[in-house]
Amino acid sequence: MTRRFPLHIVVFLAPAVVIYTVFMIYPLLDSIRLSFYSLDETGLPYFDGFKNYFTLFNDPNWSGAFWNAFWNNIILFAIHMLVQNPIGLLLAACLSLPVLKGRHIYRTAIFLPTMLSVVIIGFIWQLILSPLWGVAETLMDFVGLAGFFGPWLGEKGTALVTVSLISVWQFVGIPMMLIYAALLSIPEDLTEAATIDGARHWQVFWRIKLPLILPTLGIVSILTFVANFNAFDLIYAIKGGLAGPDFATDIMGTFFYRTFFGFQLQLGSTTMGATVATIMFVIILVGVLIFFFGVQRRLLRHQL
Amino acid sequence: MRHSSSFTWARAGLAAAALAGFALAAPIAASAASSLTIESWRNDDLDIWMDKIIPAFNKSYPDIKVVFAPMPPADYNAGLNTKLAGGTAGDLITCRPFDASLELFKRGSLASLNGLEGLDSFSNVAKSAWQTDDGATTFCLPMASVIHGFIYNKEIFSELGLSVPKTIDQFNAALATIKAKSKYTPIALGTSDQWESATMGFQNIGPNFWKGEDGRQALIKGTQKYTDAAYIKTWEQIAAWGPFMGKGFKAQKYPDTQNLFSLGRAAIYPAGSWDISTFNKQADFKFGAFPPPLPAGQSECYISDHTDIGLGINKASKNMAAAKTFLNWMATAEFAELYANALPGFFPLGKHKVKLDDPVAQQFVDWRGTCKSTIRNSYQILSRGTPNLENDLWNVSAQVLNGTLSPQQAAAKAQAGLNAWYKPHQ
Repeated sequence: MTRRFPLHIVVFLAPAVVIYTVFMIYPLLDSIRLSFYSLDETGLPYFDGFKNYFTLFNDPNWSGAFWNAFWNNIILFAIHMLVQNPIGLLLAACLSLPVLKGRHIYRTAIFLPTMLSVVIIGFIWQLILSPLWGVAETLMDFVGLAGFFGPWLGEKGTALVTVSLISVWQFVGIPMMLIYAALLSIPEDLTEAATIDGARHWQVFWRIKLPLILPTLGIVSILTFVANFNAFDLIYAIKGGLAGPDFATDIMGTFFYRTFFGFQLQLGSTTMGATVATIMFVIILVGVLIFFFGVQRRLLRHQL
Repeated sequence: MRHSSSFTWARAGLAAAALAGFALAAPIAASAASSLTIESWRNDDLDIWMDKIIPAFNKSYPDIKVVFAPMPPADYNAGLNTKLAGGTAGDLITCRPFDASLELFKRGSLASLNGLEGLDSFSNVAKSAWQTDDGATTFCLPMASVIHGFIYNKEIFSELGLSVPKTIDQFNAALATIKAKSKYTPIALGTSDQWESATMGFQNIGPNFWKGEDGRQALIKGTQKYTDAAYIKTWEQIAAWGPFMGKGFKAQKYPDTQNLFSLGRAAIYPAGSWDISTFNKQADFKFGAFPPPLPAGQSECYISDHTDIGLGINKASKNMAAAKTFLNWMATAEFAELYANALPGFFPLGKHKVKLDDPVAQQFVDWRGTCKSTIRNSYQILSRGTPNLENDLWNVSAQVLNGTLSPQQAAAKAQAGLNAWYKPHQ
């Protein structure tokens, strides 16, 4: 007797496969398809090969804006990697100290901004930093630093860094939670054994705990990368679609928004927008691939 | 048991829905000869349409039922396109100015209004926002414009003994006096949102330099460039405002600017007329308005009287005749008076003389009698290409105020953008 067709496998896979295909894979492939089209006078699409890509990278009016958004996005990512994730690690390490009291309060307080709407975050921080009504200058005055205060969100040199740090403030709870969970899963036998062998606190952290949570740090990095290259809302809420001054805060998300939906008198272009979206997809894909094959697979995994 | 009961409920629900639908549909079918639905982004105006405009229309035309069906402004363009594509859009369509509506006309969504008698009560400048490039076909009836100028705090002016400036020299002298003699911010304007720098700055004072329509048409024809003296002088004038603006104006947003003025902390506010209703609600001092000050030795004045809202007919409408009746009524003095008084700061575009109850709005509209009207020079045709001229003007005007671009550099950048794609400038 032949074996029955394994129908249950199909049944169990179907919901995920169907939902994922309908809502993720199909729209993704269709927007890639759309990027190879242009619209004629009456708004009907026709196949145009790689023309949109050629325009995006060769026409200085497009490529200038694209590379500006790309580099700004790299800066945004760099600030998150250099500030958000180390602070997240530090906070997680502090939270996991056995002597700490009231850790639930700290944990909740630090995680809270993550759950707030970006519109509220943007509004609050603009008020805090406002040169007209803000409390930042007064607070700096208490410690004698009022002279260093400036309209940071409006200066070309500081706007992007300021917005990035606001984003760091909002999202630092996520790496903290992930790393905290990883630290908790380290068995106490290991740290105790190290202590008995004469290792001090600092050595236990660097030699025992950090190597064990490296895979989690990898996951945190990749989540940061994907989130930053898909970012849009905070910049839009604070600086608007034109991401001023002089596009100093323009990132891939805002560039895509203007291209696809249009802005004020600029009419949106679905095909050019699809091109930008495809490039964003490629950037994220390449980044993730480099990470998985270049970094994550080489990490030593310790069996606990 | 559970199945049969839910089945009964579903049937009961269906029956109820069918009954409700019938009850709703019946009176419409029975009473109105025709019914018009208006698509609009002005959800703020819902009360005004329901309580004032539609009842006034029905006094003359009781047979035509009108429904005002607005959506939030940010959803309008996308929502309208979806409805038009699906064939569910209303009979009358509120028109954004220039290219957004022109595209709807080209795609066959808006009907041509040529021959509609109501159009005769509008000037060519008013109609230009809803015409094909050659001016041959008009596809929306002009509804309202916004006028630019300056609103000033009368109490601060009398406290400092200032009179209303008529020339640029007097204007600059007033700014210097306010700064030297008081703690008030001389001029309320911020560059964080960028658009005010172009709209309330460049396009507000510029028409006096480029002679209104003459300059605007010359730019479209390609006989003038943004690097010409008129435009550079406009940016130079804006650059001179820099030292008189609020502390940290680079991070000051539009609502900050409005608050700065309505709290009585700033003396002069470069305005769009729509700000009047905000200040009527918020400011507890008397304020007035003056038109953009004149360059030395010039007597002709020009104002930006910018076409903002129109109304067109959905080409697929089944009530074409009723829709035309409604548009013709909108061209009358009755509608103009009603609309202008309901929304101080939005001015009807017809040739009728309108009496306004709001004194500041009346000041704004009076300038139409003494000055020549024009519209923002980047709106018609010139903002079609890449880079987008309007975006460029926001960017460079904000940078001129910030001091990161000189007026010459700003002009060169705007012109280079046009050179990149606009044939008459190549």
